[in-house]
Amino acid sequence: MSAERRPDLRVSLSADPARPLELPNPIVTASGCFASGREIDRFFDIGGLGAVVVKSLTLEPRLGLPTPRMVETDSGMLNAIGLQNPGVDAWLANDLPWLAERGVRTIVSLAGKTVAEYRTLAERVRGQPGIAAIEANISCPNVEDRGMVFAAREEATRDAISQVTRVSAVPVFAKLTPDVTDIAAIAAAAVEAGATGVSLINTLSGMAIDVETGRPRLGGVTGGLSGPAIRPVAVRAIHEVHRALPDLPIIGMGGVRSVPDVVELIMAGASAVAVGTATFADPFATLELVEGLPDWLAERGYRSVRQLRGAVQA
Amino acid sequence: MSTVPGRGQPTPYTRGREDGPVRSICEVLAYRKIGAYHQLTIVAPDIAARATPGQFVSLAVEGGGTILRRPFSITGVSQHGPWAGTIDVVLDVVGPGTAWLAGRSKHDVVDVVGPLGRGFPLPRQPATCLLVGGGYGAAPLLYLAAQLQHRGHRVDLLFGAKTGERIFNAIEGKRQASSTRFTTEDGSFGTQGRVTDVLPDIATSTGAEAIYACGPMGMLAAVAAQARERRLPCQVSVEELMGCGVGVCNTCVVPYRRRDGLANVRACYEGPVLDAKRVVWEAIGTTAMAGEPVEQGDAS
Repeated sequence: MSAERRPDLRVSLSADPARPLELPNPIVTASGCFASGREIDRFFDIGGLGAVVVKSLTLEPRLGLPTPRMVETDSGMLNAIGLQNPGVDAWLANDLPWLAERGVRTIVSLAGKTVAEYRTLAERVRGQPGIAAIEANISCPNVEDRGMVFAAREEATRDAISQVTRVSAVPVFAKLTPDVTDIAAIAAAAVEAGATGVSLINTLSGMAIDVETGRPRLGGVTGGLSGPAIRPVAVRAIHEVHRALPDLPIIGMGGVRSVPDVVELIMAGASAVAVGTATFADPFATLELVEGLPDWLAERGYRSVRQLRGAVQA
Repeated sequence: MSTVPGRGQPTPYTRGREDGPVRSICEVLAYRKIGAYHQLTIVAPDIAARATPGQFVSLAVEGGGTILRRPFSITGVSQHGPWAGTIDVVLDVVGPGTAWLAGRSKHDVVDVVGPLGRGFPLPRQPATCLLVGGGYGAAPLLYLAAQLQHRGHRVDLLFGAKTGERIFNAIEGKRQASSTRFTTEDGSFGTQGRVTDVLPDIATSTGAEAIYACGPMGMLAAVAAQARERRLPCQVSVEELMGCGVGVCNTCVVPYRRRDGLANVRACYEGPVLDAKRVVWEAIGTTAMAGEPVEQGDAS
């Protein structure tokens, strides 16, 4: 196959000409599954990925939850890490320059405990070289609302996202939880608050019990379910949001590990696809999807990955 | 797992950079049952060439809806012979993943990532080293013993377990040390009791100048306390449940005093070998540090 016949993998993740986001391919990392970037760069040049979404950053450093933090479940895993991270300032000083130097398209994930913290976080990262976009992780507990996650309510979603969009010069994605009745309504609230797009889906809330001891199998008691077990939930959530808001860019994620999985999320309506748990099983998972996607498209006569977006005949 | 790229490739298939860890699809050269444990010898020339004692590999498993790899200490490396490089790993069957691996035999294919983690730092000057292993925590210490002896250090071994069949590879241990001592909790092999019951006597009689330990966290904490009392440098290889093995999931954390402050470090990345005096033993598995912001320190 000659080079010019290679299918076009480029995708656009922003409809806003003032805040563009063009990626050379649709494969990105899922937040919390790629650490600082250095760990996987030991295996391959991570600059070849569409983008790297970093682990959620908070205002202060966080040590996270006690162990055990992970338990494998049928075709999936539960995790309760507790947003362990070095804090936004340490990340800006130690990790972002390394990513920027390598030309990695970096999407910074921000997690606040209050509405006001989202604004402070967005102000800290504003104008920092190398940040291509913000992903506002609003699937975390709001301490001002009895620990209810922001993305569980339309109003809290609007409040948190508007704080970020008000100060951000780069595209803003709202990362939503699937643990809601009407995810399209939450996505619409994020759009009203100025979000460029949405990231679907965060982990599902879950729990596992050791029946021999009668104790929860996670130190944090409940945790987030990820892996192949949740992929159908992701496909459904993406499909619902894409049907309600066809022009809204969507970063899809949830249990993706093969090229057909990537295509499935794109057909449901994703513009780009993030890979998380699959990297735990294979450090090369993301790279091998970037490499495998063109052949899959070419074998079926597709010229561009964009042709497949929302192509499900439902 | 059949959809994972690399499966079904002819062996050896290796992917990675010029140095650091790689992913290899490898052939099993031999399987051996050693007491309660299973040892696989795997043809992995790239990993064998890069490994140091204390490092580990992670193996993909199949069956039972498993999705994650399983980590295993490297217990020996051969860089010679017709296979140009093999590694030995030891496993204990604890679930469907390890049961699947224990069922592998000669010519079967396994998917290996490694070598991973920080290995044991070796003494700069000739030294008398006491290696203390609990259960199959003895596995990486045999690889370390071989390396220490090769470099002219004196090696004494102290291995303990619940029962005699859980003492890993006593015969190999005896070949690689100036002295060996075994303890079992049921008294079925060696001295009845725990390694820490006899450690002070052995450290005195051999003139130990450094301690290396691997085993369950409770044993490591007790060994670390004894090393501290005797003012001996002590390096421990910690056992903490791992998710990814490559430093990205933050599952296998150990509370640790870093130069820049308290941090949860990753057993698979900053470890598994850690400086015993910096581990915050009393905070392991407790909620003492749960979710609390810290004043300083890079907790990534």
